[in-house]
Amino acid sequence: MGFLLQLQESLKIALQSIFAHKLRSALTTLGIIIGIVSVTLMNMTIEGLGEAFRSSISAIGADVLYIQKWPWFAGEDWWKYRNRREIKISYAKDIKERSTYAVAVAPTVFSRSTLRLGSNSMENVIVIGTTDEFIYTAGVSVEFGRFMSEVEVKAERPVCVIGAEIAEKLFGNVNPIGRDLKIAGRTFRVVGVLEKQGKFLGLESLDDRVYIPIGQFMRMFPWRTGATITVKIKNMDEIEEAIEELRGIMRTLRRLKPWQEDDFSVNRQELLLNAYNQTVGVIGAVGLGITVLSLIVGGIGVMNIMFVSVKERTREIGIRKAVGATQRAILMQFLVEAIMISLLGGVIGLIFAVILGFVVDQILPTSLPLWVALLSIFISITVGVISGIIPAYKASKLDPVESLRYE
Amino acid sequence: MPLIKLENIVKIYDLGAEKVHALRGINLEIEKGEYVAIMGPSGSGKSTLMNIIGCLDTPTSGRYFLNGVNVSELSDNELARIRNKEIGFVFQMFNLLPRADALHNVELPLIYAGVPGDLRKKLAREALEQVGLGDRLHHKPNELSGGQRQRVAIARALVNKPSIILADEPTGNLDTKTGNEILALFDELHSRGNTIILVTHEPDVARHAHRIIRIRDGMIESDEKVVDRIIAQKG
Ligand SMILES: Nc1ncnc2c1ncn2[C@@H]1O[C@H](COP(=O)(O)OP(=O)(O)OP(=O)(O)O)[C@@H](O)[C@H]1O
Ligand SMILES: [Mg+2]
Repeated sequence: MGFLLQLQESLKIALQSIFAHKLRSALTTLGIIIGIVSVTLMNMTIEGLGEAFRSSISAIGADVLYIQKWPWFAGEDWWKYRNRREIKISYAKDIKERSTYAVAVAPTVFSRSTLRLGSNSMENVIVIGTTDEFIYTAGVSVEFGRFMSEVEVKAERPVCVIGAEIAEKLFGNVNPIGRDLKIAGRTFRVVGVLEKQGKFLGLESLDDRVYIPIGQFMRMFPWRTGATITVKIKNMDEIEEAIEELRGIMRTLRRLKPWQEDDFSVNRQELLLNAYNQTVGVIGAVGLGITVLSLIVGGIGVMNIMFVSVKERTREIGIRKAVGATQRAILMQFLVEAIMISLLGGVIGLIFAVILGFVVDQILPTSLPLWVALLSIFISITVGVISGIIPAYKASKLDPVESLRYE
Repeated sequence: MPLIKLENIVKIYDLGAEKVHALRGINLEIEKGEYVAIMGPSGSGKSTLMNIIGCLDTPTSGRYFLNGVNVSELSDNELARIRNKEIGFVFQMFNLLPRADALHNVELPLIYAGVPGDLRKKLAREALEQVGLGDRLHHKPNELSGGQRQRVAIARALVNKPSIILADEPTGNLDTKTGNEILALFDELHSRGNTIILVTHEPDVARHAHRIIRIRDGMIESDEKVVDRIIAQKG
């Protein structure tokens, strides 16, 4: 009871004091505002990236290897890889025959083209030529119908499997299975629709793609070279051995001499994970640096203003003590004031961060789960407590007689 | 059992280079319901004594019993509680919170006593009505005259129904007429059974009390009953 009353009184005094010194309070909160904006934005992007990443990573199975010309994160050495030979589609067959670890091998090649259905059309759709085994290496399920069959691939039948977005845009409510559409002017029959996958890393949609037998693809786009061979392995635990085996097979296919470097890359999910962790690490480090710095500056500002406030109100402290305020009550009064100032900065910072989030969204995906907002509020309260405790303690220990005499 | 019992109270201010002996062994008993004036020249130790009686300050040595409780042994928190429940202070400088209105100033001791909102407002309003300020509840101190401010301070001293009201030169900052109004208020409070201790320089003010204690150089010089008591007329 007494505690709540005193808390209520403390809140009242704190608000009075903050409103009595509007400019002073505003300037004091500046450091906290910057700190909270920074910590909130940091968490928003890390969280946003994380969400995008988690939903994308399943599109790249942990047990799938990608044999490609380029390593996924070439960095500054990109020129080294430029002159590598392209990966041939035929390697897929060789790998399938020789590898002991592979359970499914699918070559993929892609091009962009126009899709047409009656008067409806979609430009710039990614057309992927692949085989029936792609369904195992891609980690995606079929929503309606089925994936292309081995027979269809071998016979190079004009069939296609479409992404969820294409089904939606071209067919609307009509069931696309068994219907024909035109890819680059050629007629294909839809045999399946894939389930919705969302955007890869929050950026590129995986649902506006169409899959056709690789033989068909080669006839339509004979100039397209450079395949990716996707290989699903039996057992996650043997991934290192599988990579070694694949490298061996590739080196044989490429007829590389022992002293020659690999002229291909075996990519895996882990690389993406590393890149993600690195990005998050950089954002985290930079964000944390700015946050800590500005919160220290902000905290010192609050502490300073609290010392001023205690000094200015020495007589008030004396009066309160004379009528029965305990040390705890005085401590609480000034602590609450420090927390209020800091919290004010926190709330303003949070609002700014949400607004700035829309800007950041153009470059990196952001997300604002409740915990991010609560954490920011919690941090600003903590800063208030830390920077208010010493001035408040000092106020609580003031001698009542001395304080009453203070001019 | 006396309400207040002081045994050999000594207060020394240690200023490093020199020691100021503000009180040099005060022995004193005050009964419940007494009206006592403390007189003495400037610097004789009157305020120091009042502050010790009011538990705002602690003696360097000696024992102080309030209602039989040895106050000199209490913790800071317990002293705060005693100031809150047992003591009502009235100062020469009024000592009101400048930003709070009359009502809130009077509520202050009740807040620290943990009295809930509605009851608190009611008690504070009653106390202000008792000192004749029922129509000034929401005036800030700077919107009140000196006499009115002192009434607010008295209402604040009264509101917790304390055992003692301590007034350190309550009329010192007021003109004679306003001062007399304040003294009339004390007379009335006394007639209702309140114990009052009042510090003053002026013999005319002291003659409102039953008993005058004179202090000089931190010691009691005389302690006598008032024979020709003045009872102030209101208004
Ligand atoms: N905080 C202090 N530090 C040092 N000396 C002090 C302090 N407070 C009071 N004194 C000294 O103690 C003595 C008594 O002071 P006190 O305030 O009790 O006098 P007083 O009788 O109330 O005087 P006045 O009538 O002027 O108010 C004085 O000599 C004063 O200088
Ligand atoms: Mg004095």
